[in-house]
Amino acid sequence: MARIQLRDLCGSRSGDKGDISDLSLFADDQAAYEAIKAEVTAERVKEHFGDLVKGRVERFEAPNVLALKFVMYEALGGGAPRSLRSDNLGKTHAASLLRMYIDVPDEVATGARRRRAPVPR
Amino acid sequence: MTTVRSADTMTIRLGGGQGFYGDGVGPVADLLDAGLDYLVCEALAELTLAILQKDRQRDEALGFTRDLPVYLQAAMPFIVDGRTKFITNAGGINPVAAGRAAAATLKAAGATGIKVATVVGDDVRGRGDELRLPADALFANAYLGARPIVEALDAGATVVVTGRVADASLFAAPLIHEFGWGWDDWDRLAAGVTVGHLLECSGQVTGGNYSGPWWENPDPLRIAFPLAECESDGSAVITKPEVAGGMVTFDTVREQLLYEVHDPANYLNPDVTADFTALSVDDLGDNRVRISGAKGGPPPDTYKGLVCTPAGWAGEARLAYPWPDAEAKARAALAFIKGRARANGVPVEEWYEEYFGVNAYGGPTVDLSAATEPSEVIGRLAWRTADAESAGRVSQGTGVLGLSGPPTISSTGRGRDGRPTQLLAVDAFPVDRKLVDSQVRVDIEEV
Repeated sequence: MARIQLRDLCGSRSGDKGDISDLSLFADDQAAYEAIKAEVTAERVKEHFGDLVKGRVERFEAPNVLALKFVMYEALGGGAPRSLRSDNLGKTHAASLLRMYIDVPDEVATGARRRRAPVPR
Repeated sequence: MTTVRSADTMTIRLGGGQGFYGDGVGPVADLLDAGLDYLVCEALAELTLAILQKDRQRDEALGFTRDLPVYLQAAMPFIVDGRTKFITNAGGINPVAAGRAAAATLKAAGATGIKVATVVGDDVRGRGDELRLPADALFANAYLGARPIVEALDAGATVVVTGRVADASLFAAPLIHEFGWGWDDWDRLAAGVTVGHLLECSGQVTGGNYSGPWWENPDPLRIAFPLAECESDGSAVITKPEVAGGMVTFDTVREQLLYEVHDPANYLNPDVTADFTALSVDDLGDNRVRISGAKGGPPPDTYKGLVCTPAGWAGEARLAYPWPDAEAKARAALAFIKGRARANGVPVEEWYEEYFGVNAYGGPTVDLSAATEPSEVIGRLAWRTADAESAGRVSQGTGVLGLSGPPTISSTGRGRDGRPTQLLAVDAFPVDRKLVDSQVRVDIEEV
């Protein structure tokens, strides 16, 4: 087994509906999908987001596109037009999820394909 | 030349011309040049209705997205010569005013013989007693489905303006109209909603807001808006105008497919419940992704409504500090503002602190034990009060920080007026379908 940060293994996108933050987590092959399905549970996501998410977290599976979905309740400070947060739409939650570390089979870690953006300094 | 088209063999080309109120109109020209049967402009996020409500509070003639004429003008030559029809929910919370604005834009361009349809009836604020809505509701709207738009198209409308209609239904409607799909043909209705969902956020399916290698987008200053080539069996190819930038791949399409859908096996729409997990998504290469095999079932028993109520006032301050001890300085500055507000007896109902450069977005997901001392930190303090005056009083205490606060404070730049802003609560509620259906109306005006 190897420890890997989701940033190196997955893509993600998030959006809002009312006070609900809705995240998708994408794997790049079947083995990586099985790994995140085993590791990235609703409970772990709830714990990961701590105070940012006051309500429950539900998880759904979309195996046809190798993705997991997380629906996080009471997660946006009351909803976009009511929220005091800068990120009142929860767009950054997708990025925050990628901070999580999980344990995966070695071949999943070595096959991780997510690259880092070059910085044109 | 007249082409006889059979529903079984024809392809309908839909373009996603807008993803929100304020989206650029530039990519629309590329879509139109690529050839569209329908240009569909989706203007309403949940937040948008609240913005439009503030407009209507100032002026009863407002309350629709004011860039509607800009999109219409961009499409004008194509509308006038019959190549492209135009569908939009730009009506917001005042579709009647939006319909008038659309007709006026057509007239001003010298267009004649164009039927403009306005769909009204999504506004349920007047039914507040029956729906037990709060007395201070600023707006209350139900999400309509595709039916009134199909009715408008069946009646020969070329331009259709609606208020709150489920985003994807704006795109499903022309497919239902063209292919003659039945209202109980769940799989095809689901296919129409799928296409709509993929196109409704414009650049988000063509390389925008993309978590993959976004830096490899060709021509990133000219990210394309998407188009779909739709078949009568419900399958479709999602693609983009060749001349525009961005990309359409399996990865960009799946990121949009699951965007904001909650349970992907039960995506709720007023006309159908779609199962996105049944879909086949095939990358054909060359910025073409085929979707097929959509599955659907009956829609929910009720429409989804949104009701908006006042929720107090907000103010905020941003205080920037450099290394060394940047975070400590920013934290001290925010404590300073809070302390002074308390000392002055300002009634603040909620505070929210963020530290940019530390964990403003990530909050508890950030491992601060591994972090190095940041080069600079911006502390942001936001507060909620019952009234605007109190929100302003807190702001008045922030200037003192310059000479009496932690050392080396910096401005965060120009352009922040710091005035209190009104907060609004937007809550979902179920609406009886019959109550809504009985008040939905399609008005058609020939320009």
